[in-house]
Amino acid sequence: MTRHLLSAADLTRDDATLILDTADELARVSDRPVKKLPTLRGRTVVNLFFEDSTRTRISFEAAAKRLSADVINFSAKGSSVSKGESLKDTALTLEAMGADAVVIRHPASGAPHTLAHSGWIGGSIVNAGDGTHEHPTQALLDAFTMRRHLSSLDGRKVVIVGDVLHSRVARSNVLLLSTLGADVTLVAPPTLLPVGVEQWPCAYSYDLDASLEGADAVMMLRVQRERMDAAFFPSAREYSRRYGLDAERMERLPGEAIIMHPGPMNRGLEITAAVADSDRAVIVEQVTNGVSVRMAVLYLLLGGSDSALGGVE
Amino acid sequence: MVRSDSEDEAREVLDADDVQRALTRIAHEVLERNKGAQSVILLGIPTRGVPLARRLAERIGEVEGRPIPHGSLDITMFRDDLRMRPARGLGRTELPDGGIDGAVVVLVDDVLFSGRSIRAALDALSELGRPHAVQLAVLVDRGHRQFPIRADYVGKNLPTSTRESVQVLLAEHDGRDAVLIGGSDDTHDPSAEGGGTA
Repeated sequence: MTRHLLSAADLTRDDATLILDTADELARVSDRPVKKLPTLRGRTVVNLFFEDSTRTRISFEAAAKRLSADVINFSAKGSSVSKGESLKDTALTLEAMGADAVVIRHPASGAPHTLAHSGWIGGSIVNAGDGTHEHPTQALLDAFTMRRHLSSLDGRKVVIVGDVLHSRVARSNVLLLSTLGADVTLVAPPTLLPVGVEQWPCAYSYDLDASLEGADAVMMLRVQRERMDAAFFPSAREYSRRYGLDAERMERLPGEAIIMHPGPMNRGLEITAAVADSDRAVIVEQVTNGVSVRMAVLYLLLGGSDSALGGVE
Repeated sequence: MVRSDSEDEAREVLDADDVQRALTRIAHEVLERNKGAQSVILLGIPTRGVPLARRLAERIGEVEGRPIPHGSLDITMFRDDLRMRPARGLGRTELPDGGIDGAVVVLVDDVLFSGRSIRAALDALSELGRPHAVQLAVLVDRGHRQFPIRADYVGKNLPTSTRESVQVLLAEHDGRDAVLIGGSDDTHDPSAEGGGTA
């Protein structure tokens, strides 16, 4: 059993499928007059956010509330963290308050792992994005969205484009999608691909136009300027010309292909407004699906006497 | 027919014909009790309640000459023993178009034992709407209730000891219809609803 969700690499194919199937059923709750289930009544979920986030935090909050959990939102701004409190002391405080699960977003890669293995805290840890490392629930909601449009991920071609170097979304997606049988190609300028990418379970390319051929899903990544401490490409204009998705490139995609973006978007940089607002973009749907997938994760980790994940080795 | 070890020790108390007859009788009783099938909806509790509800709907439909709405009601998230076992995957809740408001909902399950599943089903139902009435149909009532719950329609009353297990086999899942009663099983607690079948 794994009590935590720290990395998409921890999920077996069975685990991932169980989460996606559970999310499928939970998605139906959103269509009901009463959008609530009693399952996590009396359990406390803490959203521990050391980094700004709108959609992920709101999504986890909505997910926990739909399962009737008590939700405590903790953001580093305006808390004792800004007075210099350490992760350890924050964790001990949350433990003393009886947190059953801690959803953590942290600028340092590995912070959720530290929290899970420190012994400071007894509850389940869910990684909601750590530095440039991983964002497993984003990968799950992306896989969920693809599965709804493409029915199965087996043998599907997924192209992930842009700032892979700074992207926890790309890393988690590569790990999860390859587990689920998809063929992933990363496309980026050489400066925005991480060292060691040839070891990842995917292909990579510097040529967007060639890679888009036969794609079933195209995922555009946000250019993360706030994490860029050097010049990774000559100019924004050149970047969008070579690696941005515009209407012309979209027209060349196969008819069924969907266009995704984890948000927030830099309209005009990695994706044009025309593409983002087109019928083939499923970006808003990704947000909706995020709630169902996070409900599934919280339910499977906290709903029973023990986690339902990692059961079959 | 290849039989598994557990089936070897089990005694068949209802064969395929008995199951058919029981369902036909229940279908007629539903019609009689409700003076027809206006606003009747059959909801099966996964796993084996679902094909039973479908079969009952078909039989009632044959008599009435029109399709009878049926669906499924998953109760996993409403169970009171959720925290006594590892989290489980969910079954499907599928309501007929138009929902359940004002309808006569007939819940359908394979085995009635402690009554805890039905309590959970009533909770689940109340989240989905407000039926005019709720009735309960089960293929087998094996006694040992732990809640003040009784069935309106019973295929077969089967006095059992809590040490025995009752297993309902249905063609849709198991390749044939039968009800088996097994010897001493690891299930001794009626609150583990279904006696190892569910």
